[in-house]
Amino acid sequence: MIGDYSYSEFFSILAMQGFAGLILFSVFVLMALGLAIIFGQMGVINMAHGEFMILGAYVTYLCSVVVTDYVPFLFPVYFFVAMALAFAASFGLGVLVEWALIRHLYRRPLDTLLATWGLSLALQQLYRSVFGAREVGVTLPDWMMGSISLGDAIEIPINGLFVMGLTMIIAAAVYFIMFRSSWGKRVRAVVQNRVMAGAVGINTKQVDRMTFGLGCGIAGIAGSAFTMIGSTGPTAGQLYIVDTFLVVVFGGAGSLIGTIASAFTISQAQSTLEFFLSGSMAKVLTLLTVVGILMLRPQGLFSLNIRR
Amino acid sequence: MSFDTRLPSIPLSRRTLLAGAASIAMLSATGAALAQTPATATVNTTGLAVSDTTVKIGILHSVTGTMAISETGSVQAEKLAIEQINASGGILGRKIEVIQEDGGSDWPTFAEKAKKLLVEDRVAAVFGCWTSASRKAVLPVFEQYNGMLYYPTFYEGLEESPNVIYTGQEATQQIIAGIDWVVKEKGAKSFYLLGSDYIWPRTSNKIARKHIEKLGLEVVGEEYYPLGHTQFNSVINKIKLKKPDVIYAIVVGGSNVAFYKQLKAAGIDMTKEKPLLLTISVTEDEVLGIGGENMVGAYAAMKYFQSLKNDNNTAFVSAFKKMWGDKIVIGDVTQAAYLGPWLWKAAVEKAGSFDIDKVRKASPGIELTTAPEGYVKIHENHHLWSKTRIGHARADGQYDVVYETKDFMEPDPFPEGYQ
Amino acid sequence: MPTVGFLFSKKEWLYLAILAALLLIVLPASVDIFRLNLIGKYLTYAFVALGLVLLWGNGGILSLGQGIFFGLGGYCMAMFLKLEASTPEATKIQSTPGIPDFMDWNQVTALPFWWQPFHSFTFTLLAIILVPSVFAFIIGAAMFKRRVGGVYFAIITQAVAAILTILIIGQQGYTGGVNGITDLRTLLGWDIRTDSAKLILYFINAGLLIGVLLLAQAVRMSKFGRLLIAMRDREDRVRFSGYDVSNFKIFIFCLAAAISAIGGAMFTLQVGFMSPSFVGIVPSIEMVIFAAVGGRLSLFGAIYGALLVNAAKTTFSESFPELWLFAMGGLFIAVVMAFPFGLAGVVKDYVEPFVARRLPVLLGRGRAPQPQAAQ
Repeated sequence: MIGDYSYSEFFSILAMQGFAGLILFSVFVLMALGLAIIFGQMGVINMAHGEFMILGAYVTYLCSVVVTDYVPFLFPVYFFVAMALAFAASFGLGVLVEWALIRHLYRRPLDTLLATWGLSLALQQLYRSVFGAREVGVTLPDWMMGSISLGDAIEIPINGLFVMGLTMIIAAAVYFIMFRSSWGKRVRAVVQNRVMAGAVGINTKQVDRMTFGLGCGIAGIAGSAFTMIGSTGPTAGQLYIVDTFLVVVFGGAGSLIGTIASAFTISQAQSTLEFFLSGSMAKVLTLLTVVGILMLRPQGLFSLNIRR
Repeated sequence: MSFDTRLPSIPLSRRTLLAGAASIAMLSATGAALAQTPATATVNTTGLAVSDTTVKIGILHSVTGTMAISETGSVQAEKLAIEQINASGGILGRKIEVIQEDGGSDWPTFAEKAKKLLVEDRVAAVFGCWTSASRKAVLPVFEQYNGMLYYPTFYEGLEESPNVIYTGQEATQQIIAGIDWVVKEKGAKSFYLLGSDYIWPRTSNKIARKHIEKLGLEVVGEEYYPLGHTQFNSVINKIKLKKPDVIYAIVVGGSNVAFYKQLKAAGIDMTKEKPLLLTISVTEDEVLGIGGENMVGAYAAMKYFQSLKNDNNTAFVSAFKKMWGDKIVIGDVTQAAYLGPWLWKAAVEKAGSFDIDKVRKASPGIELTTAPEGYVKIHENHHLWSKTRIGHARADGQYDVVYETKDFMEPDPFPEGYQ
Repeated sequence: MPTVGFLFSKKEWLYLAILAALLLIVLPASVDIFRLNLIGKYLTYAFVALGLVLLWGNGGILSLGQGIFFGLGGYCMAMFLKLEASTPEATKIQSTPGIPDFMDWNQVTALPFWWQPFHSFTFTLLAIILVPSVFAFIIGAAMFKRRVGGVYFAIITQAVAAILTILIIGQQGYTGGVNGITDLRTLLGWDIRTDSAKLILYFINAGLLIGVLLLAQAVRMSKFGRLLIAMRDREDRVRFSGYDVSNFKIFIFCLAAAISAIGGAMFTLQVGFMSPSFVGIVPSIEMVIFAAVGGRLSLFGAIYGALLVNAAKTTFSESFPELWLFAMGGLFIAVVMAFPFGLAGVVKDYVEPFVARRLPVLLGRGRAPQPQAAQ
């Protein structure tokens, strides 16, 4: 016996709690990856990141409504289509925003922050005008809800597994795109030396636009996936923004590995603390630790040499 | 007491409602006005915005920001009540004119707008606020400038202002009946208390804990998560470990959606009632965002459910849907917001005056037999006597009412022994 | 910055006179006490905007956490007022009389030790300046000594603002939680809710604001002010010239924090409560936009920016609540894209040449060139 619990209870809880930590980790990675690409590779702070996620969520909602009304037999698999469309919509909006706003501001990173904040306010109101102030409920196929039981006491949520799988696929895809494709090489070349990259014939403007679009598109997929675990409303994007920024900053700007490592650290710390303490205190302690470490090591876990 | 609080039986679509209101107003202006409209000087001695034909009131809710999700229903209900009152001849022969202000989910803005309504517009009554924080922010304004606020939300109690009529339930009304019911009917022995981290859930859980312990039963866990928190897997694990008979959940806002979806995904099937889930924070409005399929089997303790079967409610629901669309749902707070204008009308007519002090004096004892929830009466402490009901969530997002208290629960904002 | 005369150029003295006349004579004479109290509230944000002109416009350091300091200043004042309002007589219905009502609701039975000193008004006044300054010093020292700046600094300040908000909300037994500290009535026995008190507070506020404006200008005109601009534009050269850049940055950050805190304290006095909704990310960014709209390089612009944006917010949200966010978002984007120097830039580029053509005599020849834009 450990405390009040038998060994088997204790270990099944340990397993489930470990799994909860992994789900949280996946959620963090999914949230932060898009931002990390945009911030790390382009130095642009996109304050409207949460609103791009919610765009993905609303696209998923629309899909669920359309599919239920017109092609109900496709309902079990609509989610995959919805995610693709969510990516497309956020990617499209991202490219548009880059063209209209961001490209004029590359030399003024602090100003992009303000402009994208303005954008996020406008998008929130747009969602509210189109979809109403109330939250919308996204209906999911039955197979995505519920859980798999392993043994007596261990239950693994299927949507958690889904998010984990999705995160792995997206992370692998991002790795492949950034580090194994010629397009990724161009992106990195532009990041390292914009002028030289342009001189050797890389269309830097196009690279910027696509990078920004990609980051936003990943946000859209994340938003789509989060309809399984969270709420979809005009201002729901703001729920994620603090966590997202902290993950990226803690990981160190410009490092995708750092982002993943920091998501892992923060999620494990938070889920462990949540188990032993009450929820609010766990959150505060996690954030305080993160900021404390940032005070000692402001450049984050992994970093390019920042010297300003 | 004989004051007219009947609902109008004319058909109400949004367009015809307006037209109808106009024509009825004209009728009453020609016919009734001659007979019964008292002179403005006699019904308004304190310089409120009352003319010979109109009276101005304020609606103060958030239509922007995070709280807009919740407050939209209240605005709709208040507007419906006012249109109906106008269509049936107004108050003391005067039509109600609405001045709507947006609190913007921001408490100082609420205070600023409240002051504007009272000082600049001189409104005769304000219907508004939703969160406790916004009410606390406007309270000094209403007390200083002597306004009247009709506040619709169920809330934590610990307040009794002469300038507020609380049309929702205070915490003890909602909590004690609910816990008594699960203990008696479901044989619950142990409870896990859970809430969003702010004053209403904390105070409510404090009352719940005291009551549970008074019954000699056990609280096996109590926890709070920040507003907007979306990850509940850890607490769900803890619940599984502690195996309580009842999860007593007071989670609000966007967190709600996350909590119930994750609860279902973690294999806790609420229809099996092991553990049973009892909430006081999820109305039909919230279920809309959560999804009925994720909520099915849960129990909620509050005073009103849309599915309530009585004639008042049937008329109310159909009028509400005619005005705001077929897909709309009506939650507890929405109904409480609807009561506001009618209670005010009754008090004004009893007092024979719009003067705030006279309306306040007339308010205690006011009954409303036409309330959708059945019957309510204003207590000396400005809260309402009302029944508490238990709803059982269905998959379509509605609740079946499985129990209602026999007596009207006395509002007790400062409960002895629960402090 | 070449100058004519003491502190300001002649033209700027004229602007100061216009501002002072507007704040101290025209506005009090032309609007009722309700609107004047609102304007007073807007002016408390102008303190933060002034701090941001120094920090961001002149120093090139963007902080998205100025709400922290505004809030800390406001909370210090609110704690004092709340203690004064919570006499044992006034709170005798509580289980523990003599402590603030929200503590009693949360089963706190004794005043926490860190509330105790706020019984003293002198201590409170000191705390309003010192608490935010020390907090800023800790953040600043950790960041600037390690040469963290730019976007990175902006995000970390934002994170700190978020944490502080969660802490305040979570520790509601000690802080009043999400409701904040409400129902403040008197200051040293003087009822701050009456119309006459509001009028007096407005004048104190406006006077303090002009005082802070002069102080900020003095800082800008000093050698330190010139170093600051040099640092913003070519940090390496300043460093190579033998200056310790980080100390300058820490100082200006602390100064901006202290100025914001004065605004926060005045806010509490005029509005009658303080809540965590002024500490978080959203208000902090809104305060940056006040400075940006006014013109990030212009002290006068900061004040007009805070006044105009808030006045627009109030009127717009009264008439078209649904469109308000579109307008606000559009304003953000427009200021950044089209008018990077805000109102002050518009005045300089369009109004001044126009006036100069019409009224050459009045302006004289003392036109001071504006500092170059930050890159």
